[in-house]
Amino acid sequence: MFKLLTFLLCLLPLEYSIYQVYQLQTDGANVLGADPAKALVLLQGEWAIRFLLLTLLVTPVRRLTGWHQAQKIRRMLGLFTFAYASIHLLAYLFLLLELDFRNLGADILKRPYITIGFTAYLLLVPLALTSNSFAIRLLRNRWALLHRLVYGVAILVVVHVTWLAKSSYSEAIAYGVIVTVLLLSRVFKDKFALFQEALKRRV
Amino acid sequence: MLIKRAQAGDIRSSEITSETVFHERRQILKAMGIGAVALGTPVVAGATSGERQLYTTQAPLSGPAWLQNKLNTLTPGQYSTREPATPFEYVSTYNNFYEFGTGKTDPADNSQNFVTDPWKVEVTGEAELTGTYNLEDIVNPYALEERVYRLRCVEAWSMVVPWVGFSLANLLKRFKPNSNAKYVRFETLHDPEQMPAQGSRFAAIDYPYVEGLRIDEAMNELAFLAVGVYGNAMPNQNGAPIRLVVPWKYGFKSIKSIVKIEFTKRRPKTTWEISNSREYGFYANVNPDVDHPRWSQARERRLPTSIFNQNYVETLKFNGYAPLVAHLYKDMDLRKQY
Repeated sequence: MFKLLTFLLCLLPLEYSIYQVYQLQTDGANVLGADPAKALVLLQGEWAIRFLLLTLLVTPVRRLTGWHQAQKIRRMLGLFTFAYASIHLLAYLFLLLELDFRNLGADILKRPYITIGFTAYLLLVPLALTSNSFAIRLLRNRWALLHRLVYGVAILVVVHVTWLAKSSYSEAIAYGVIVTVLLLSRVFKDKFALFQEALKRRV
Repeated sequence: MLIKRAQAGDIRSSEITSETVFHERRQILKAMGIGAVALGTPVVAGATSGERQLYTTQAPLSGPAWLQNKLNTLTPGQYSTREPATPFEYVSTYNNFYEFGTGKTDPADNSQNFVTDPWKVEVTGEAELTGTYNLEDIVNPYALEERVYRLRCVEAWSMVVPWVGFSLANLLKRFKPNSNAKYVRFETLHDPEQMPAQGSRFAAIDYPYVEGLRIDEAMNELAFLAVGVYGNAMPNQNGAPIRLVVPWKYGFKSIKSIVKIEFTKRRPKTTWEISNSREYGFYANVNPDVDHPRWSQARERRLPTSIFNQNYVETLKFNGYAPLVAHLYKDMDLRKQY
């Protein structure tokens, strides 16, 4: 039930975008503005980042609160990250670039944030491919090692957002702070455990 | 004797709306039963003479009485492009006006209570006449004209906007700048109460917003001070009540909601140059050959785009206004002085 509910919630942003496009095509209110494709690409990208942050939040929350249910949705959140990142990339390629691959080379060279974003996406691919019980059994210890790639993805995403901003870095700073906290919570997880132990003893 | 030869990129006289049609446009609108706001209703300027469509609507009335009076005698200016204008709906909802937020719809959302009447403009610096003037006194001596200009944003999108206003040169000459006046510096209102983003801790640029032009650029016939769009008063989000329009430069040079004009000896430090001088230069002339360090400027997306068509067009040097402005930069290396 908890998993089903989460799944349905995670689909909402996609449904909303589909609704916006439907409205636009049927001459309804133009909520996407003068530059609809760009608005769509940006929105899907933002959701990919939000899901990435949620995925990274699961473990610290579990450690902090002992709420083990959270662990059950980590894989789903991770896969939704991949799904929204895929839509973001495909929307860029099909809608913004118009599949004009002569300009892709120029875009990649001249817009380093696209290179960074694309690299982050490529790093997500093996993670998505190994997000099943079979792969976990097959890879054993190496699975956890492989999935540490997600920390690299989080850092690349912050760079991606920073470089595409014309000047206003407030969004990039916000993501940067959250990613830093989430990564530090892992670095200091032993201290974290000690702290919790101490708390328990006192009680 | 000055002989004007037609050059590539020149504005052909056939591109300019005939004056009779222009004067009749309000009658045409009335005849079609269209009020001030009729979004999405195509109105063909000069439908009778078979000319191309210019407008889809007029801006809603919102200016002070003295401005509305002046708008009744609006005439078509030279230099207008015959390219179809970007619909008012988009001109007024897709804006970069960071004082009201960095999102494209933030200015339209957050500027509705912005007070632009009364409005004062201070004229100061290297000139014989200086002082603080009511906006009405600034605008009054000039007949309002309409100029349909391309607007190219440094972010690689563009629009076509029918501005209402008057020549910047005419205003500047009135104050008799002296021989020390080598540059003109402009300043936007600084009022964090009304412009919420000015008070933001994470503001990416310094306020007040400052822009500048070399005096010969400012005296160029294309440089324009706009007090309206689409035949009516300026919407707040577009830089009401008075803004600069320099169509051969990237949009950020066209400073909005001006409260101060200063003649200076030295080149003013401008907002975007201060923010990042490697990415945004003082001149900021539209130039497809000089890329922004993080993206190409070779082409632009003409708004509005649709989901399945990005409407790419090649970017033209000086935004297509080279015949009128290229001479200003003839001895300059535009790669270095971008």
